[in-house]
Order: sequence, then structure tokens, then C-alpha cells
Amino acid sequence: MAPTLELYTRKIGHPEWEEPFVVNMGPQHPSTHGVLRLYLELDGETVVRCDPRIGYLHRGLEKLSENMTYTQAMVLTDRLDYISSAANNTGYCLAVEKLLGLEVPRRARLLRTIVCEMARISSHLLWLATHALDIGAMTVFLYCFRDREWLLDIYEKICGARLTVSYPRIGGVRLDFTPEIIDELYQFTEEFPTRITDYETLIDVNRIWLRRTKGIAVVPPEKALNMGLTGPSLRGSGVPYDVRKFRPYDAYDEVEFEVPVGKNGDTYDRYRVRMEEMRQANRIIRQCLDKLAQTEGEPVVAEGAPDLLMPEKKKAPRAVPHPKKGFMVKGEEVPVVPEGEVYVSIEAPKGELGYYIVSDGSGKPWRVRVRAPSFVHISAIPEMVKGHMVADIIAVIGTLDVVLGECDR
Amino acid sequence: MEAILKAALPGIILIVEALVLLVVALLHVAYTTYAERKVIGHMQQRLGPNRVGPRGLLQPIADVVKLLAKEDIVPLGADKGLFYLAPFISLVAGATSLAVIPIWNRFVLADVNVGLLVILALSSLSSYGVILAGWSSNSRYAFLGGLRASAQVVSYEVAMALSLVGVMLMAGSMNLSEIVKAQISSPFKIYALPQIIGFFVFMVSAIAETNRVPFDLPEAETELVAGYFVEYSAIRFALFYLAEYFGMVVMSAVAVTCFLGGWAGPFEVPGLPFFWFLIKLYALLFFYIWVRATLPRYRYDQLMGLGWKVLIPLALLNIVITGGLKLWW
Repeated sequence: MAPTLELYTRKIGHPEWEEPFVVNMGPQHPSTHGVLRLYLELDGETVVRCDPRIGYLHRGLEKLSENMTYTQAMVLTDRLDYISSAANNTGYCLAVEKLLGLEVPRRARLLRTIVCEMARISSHLLWLATHALDIGAMTVFLYCFRDREWLLDIYEKICGARLTVSYPRIGGVRLDFTPEIIDELYQFTEEFPTRITDYETLIDVNRIWLRRTKGIAVVPPEKALNMGLTGPSLRGSGVPYDVRKFRPYDAYDEVEFEVPVGKNGDTYDRYRVRMEEMRQANRIIRQCLDKLAQTEGEPVVAEGAPDLLMPEKKKAPRAVPHPKKGFMVKGEEVPVVPEGEVYVSIEAPKGELGYYIVSDGSGKPWRVRVRAPSFVHISAIPEMVKGHMVADIIAVIGTLDVVLGECDR
Repeated sequence: MEAILKAALPGIILIVEALVLLVVALLHVAYTTYAERKVIGHMQQRLGPNRVGPRGLLQPIADVVKLLAKEDIVPLGADKGLFYLAPFISLVAGATSLAVIPIWNRFVLADVNVGLLVILALSSLSSYGVILAGWSSNSRYAFLGGLRASAQVVSYEVAMALSLVGVMLMAGSMNLSEIVKAQISSPFKIYALPQIIGFFVFMVSAIAETNRVPFDLPEAETELVAGYFVEYSAIRFALFYLAEYFGMVVMSAVAVTCFLGGWAGPFEVPGLPFFWFLIKLYALLFFYIWVRATLPRYRYDQLMGLGWKVLIPLALLNIVITGGLKLWW
């Protein structure tokens, strides 16, 4: 039975009977960074309850990769965090290399470090662009895109793709850099620090920007650790945890860089950390470029790295040259990829990106599981927006730098 | 017959004048949108519209044609009457204010003695359009936008009215032509110098009154999608858009009239009596656009804080200072 007029009138003035003002923010919303949906209960403009609902971009990448060989499955990792695909590829390759026991040549490690840091810069540029746009500063958005465009053009020259690069491969990288690319990267690293200064002059001391970011969504260090935050979001709270320093991979142990940390753990500190990280990434690229000259002409793929047509079967026949017939005959069967399980994590631009891979000896992974920073960060949103206003939710989504491709996978 | 014509002539002239003013104002509004896109485009290292006509000059017209041809959608559960009415309230209130603005000392449609009050009244009336649009759309986002708009307009109107009190005190009149004449005969020539606090408060609250960046909370795209007109489409959407730019033009015109000396300039431009008025108007419109390209957006509570704790006390202080000086001299 429909509620009577009497019931409605009785409701007035009884807070326990009053329904909350519910807003479904997303999945079609300009600033939920893809297809995040937030179920919001509001009291005026203040958030009473916030409940993230995810899964709108689920493509089953983990399951899909079980039906592909290791080399084929790598292109799926491009689609995780599609803004920094080179970092995803690298993480996956590191995990498979660990499984195979491959030693990657130094030149390939340097090249991978360069593309990873390029991915970091382009990811942070996109973050700054959208974060500023969410808070209302429209011009920063287009300035950042101008520089990101330059990076994507360099990517295109390196490997032909702009967004889903798949440039690293298991055991090294796909192609070597040409001298023109190295020249252009030198030019970029020369110019980029002045560009960062440009952005900082636009918003760093802007009073409105400060009021919108300082003291918003404060996360103390212990709480940040408990919520599982990683990457710049954790370092903004003052915890100097960086996978590149703690478990160096690729060429990070031979380059010098600092890990910027924040003090108060608010949105402004996380902004500062990311800005500083872009400068450090620029520095790393510079150092790697200098080191590339020492390894001129060396191979960029490890000996015995699996190629794209790696066998799918559980046990592949080992090729044995026959002493009399001269060609190969079927010998004993050996595993394509040694049985076992590995977990490798890297410092992706968004946070700690981990790959857990189980191998049953065949050419296809038995299970791939991705530890995506965005998934963990989204679970921190309700805690962070509690008591804040609608406008701050946008700032929080921006400051955590989530991307739904990685969260939903 | 002749007698009737003679009696009706002033009326006919007035109607013709009104139509001319409306057409000219509409063209200005249309090309303000073009200028905004072009200027912001160049500030952001891109080109802005450049496909329709030479240098994209026909873009506003193409936009209007496109919006007229679109389907006019009314959401289910909307309060139809109010939904239809709301954009017209906004637009009419914005456009009517032009009538009392003296563009030249011999061209003012309605030379009323309470010109400033008319402008203030009409600008608060235009907020009804916003509130009703938010209310009648039957949408959460639109409702939040409408709420924000009502709070914002109510509080910033106080600041704006108070900032104009200083001008009234100095000119001794609320008739806008009289205010301009008083400015021309005053030693400062423009009131922006002695009324610098009032001018500042007026400009800030004018931006808030017209819902522009950094006070564009009612239509904050990244928070409320489009705010109060999120459910509007086609020509009704265009009417809201027009109303916003009309608001900009009217507020700039009021600022020119009350603070920047109206039609007066450093020298006469022969044959172009409106020259200085328009130059000042364009400068202020450029300022609006420039602000939009530069600043982020305030938060709702911060906006209220700024209005009530900073602008209104400043405006009151300005009144006290102006009144005191007026008393001594």
C-alpha cells in the first residue's frame, strides 16, 4: 500500500524516518576517471556515506590470459592501467623472467627503465591534468596534454604504438632505440623541468588551489599503511616506501634519484610528491640516456628468451640433433616454463603493481593475479571522504589517482 | 489620423530602439561566446573554433541553428510548466536590465530614477529561473545545483548591493545617467579610483552572481555534471546559456556605468558615440574570460565564507569611509 499523506506528515521532524538524499555519482560522470560509481548519501552538501561500486570495466583479463601463451598474454597487461602501459608490461615481464630464470642484458634494462619513467611522467601529467580540471583549473589540463602528447609521440617513434605500447618483451625489449629517439629524449629532458615550473606557477601558490587541497582527506602514516595505500598516495603521508629503492629491478640500482615524501598526508602533499616525482623521473631518464652510450651495440634481448610463437602444450618436445640423420628428432619432453609460482611487484606510477603467476609447466600461465593499486585505493575512498563535502569527493578521487581499467581488470 | 500618428510616434520610436538594442545585445552575447572560446583557446595553446566561416566567425550562428534543430526533451516526472518557464525567466530578467543602462548620454531606453534598484531586482529575479530549473527537473544533480545557486545568489547580492551604495552616496542618485554625469564632473573622472574597495567587491560578486569561474558552483561540471540545467536540451539549454552571457554583459555594463565613467573617454571619437562604452565593456568581458582560464573553483562553504566574512564587511567598511568623507567635505 502506498504511504498515506498522514505518514508523510508524520515523517517531518523525525530524523530517524527521514530518508537520506541519495546521489549516484557515476558511472557516467565527467570526473569519476572512467566508470567508477559512488553511491552517496548526503546531508546537504556533506557526505554521510560513500560506497564505491566497481566492475563496470571488467574484461576478465586475468582469466583471458590463462588461455594465451606467456608472450601473448603480455598485450593484455597494456590494458590494465592504460595510461602507463610500459610499466605494466615491465612488471609482467619481470615476473615471467623470474619464472624462466632469464638474465636480461644491461642495455635492455636501461631501455626498460627509460620507458617506465616515461610512463610515470605521462601518467602523472594526466593525473595533474584531470586533478586540476576536477578542481576547476581548466588551463592546466591542456598544458599537461601538450607535454603528454610529446611523450606519446616519442613512444610512437620507439615502437609504433602510442598508448598500448607492449614495448618490453620477456627477456628484454622489442627494439633498440634509434639515435633520433635518443636525441629527442635528450631534448625532452632538457625542456621538461621548465614545464613543471610553469604548472607550479599556475597552481602552486594559488589561494583557491591551496584552500581546496590543504587539509583535505588527511591520511596519517599508520592509517595509510593500514588501508594498503602505496605509491605517491602513501609517500604523501610521509612513509618513504618505494619499490624502486627497496627491491630495485631493471636499472634502478645504478641510477641516482630521491624519493620525495610529504608531511601532513593531505591532498596538497600528495600533489607535491607527484610533482617532485616527475622531476626525479626526468633525472632518471637523463642518467639512463647517458649510460646507454656505454652499451652501444649490445643485444637487447636475453639469450633463450621465448618468442611470440612459444609452444602452448604442457610439455614441449626437446629438439635433439640426430647424429646420423642430421636433423632433429623428438626427444624427451621438458616443461616450456618451469613449474612454480612467483610474485613480483614494481613501482608503477599509481602505486605498487604486483603480478602473481602460477605455472604448471605449459606455455600458458595456470593463473595470473594482478595486485592493482587502484583497486586498493578505491577501497580507501569512503574512509577519506567521511565528513567532507561533495566537491571534496572529486578532489579525493583525483588525489588517489585511480584508473578503473586496472581496478576492474 | 495625423494626430494618432503623432501620439504614437514616441512609442514606435521606443519599440524600434528596444528592438535595435536587443538585436545588438544578442549579437554581442553570441560573439562573447565566440570570443571566450577563441581567447581561452589561445591561452591554452590551441586554436578555438576555426571551421565554420572565416576564422570560425560563424560558429555562434551554427551553434544556434544546431540547438534549434535538436530534440527538446522533458524528463519524466518533471514539473512541466515550471520546466518550460524557467529558462525564460532567466533570459528575460537578464535582457531587461539592458533597458536602464545608459550607453550614451542620449541613448538610454528607460531613464528611470531607480535604475540601480531595477538592475539589482532583475538580477535576483534571474536566480528564480535557476532555482526553478533545479527544482522542476526532478533530478538530484539539478536539485543540488539549484540549492547552491539560491544560496550563492542570495548572499552575493547583499555584497553587490552594498558595494553600490558607495557609488550612490558619491553621485547622490540612483539614476544611472546621473551617476555617469556625476562621475564626469567629479575630480576623479571615474569612480573606480575613490571607490576602489567598492569596485573590487562589485567585480567579485558580479562574477558570483553570473555563476562564472571561480564561483561556478551551481553548474560545476566536474561535480554536478552541469548543475541546474543538466536535464535541459536543445533550445532551452541554449536559453540558459544565453542568460548566463547576458548576465555577464549586463554586469560588465553596470560596472562600466557605475565605476568606469560610462560613455566618457579621454577624447571624443567622432562618429562613434558608443566607442568608449564598448571598449570598457569589452575590457571587462575579457577580464571575465581571463579569470575563467586561470582560476580553480571554490568549494561551497568556502564561497559562503568569502561572501559573508570578507566581501560584506569590506563593502560595509567602504560605506562607512565614503559616508564619513562625504560628511566632512
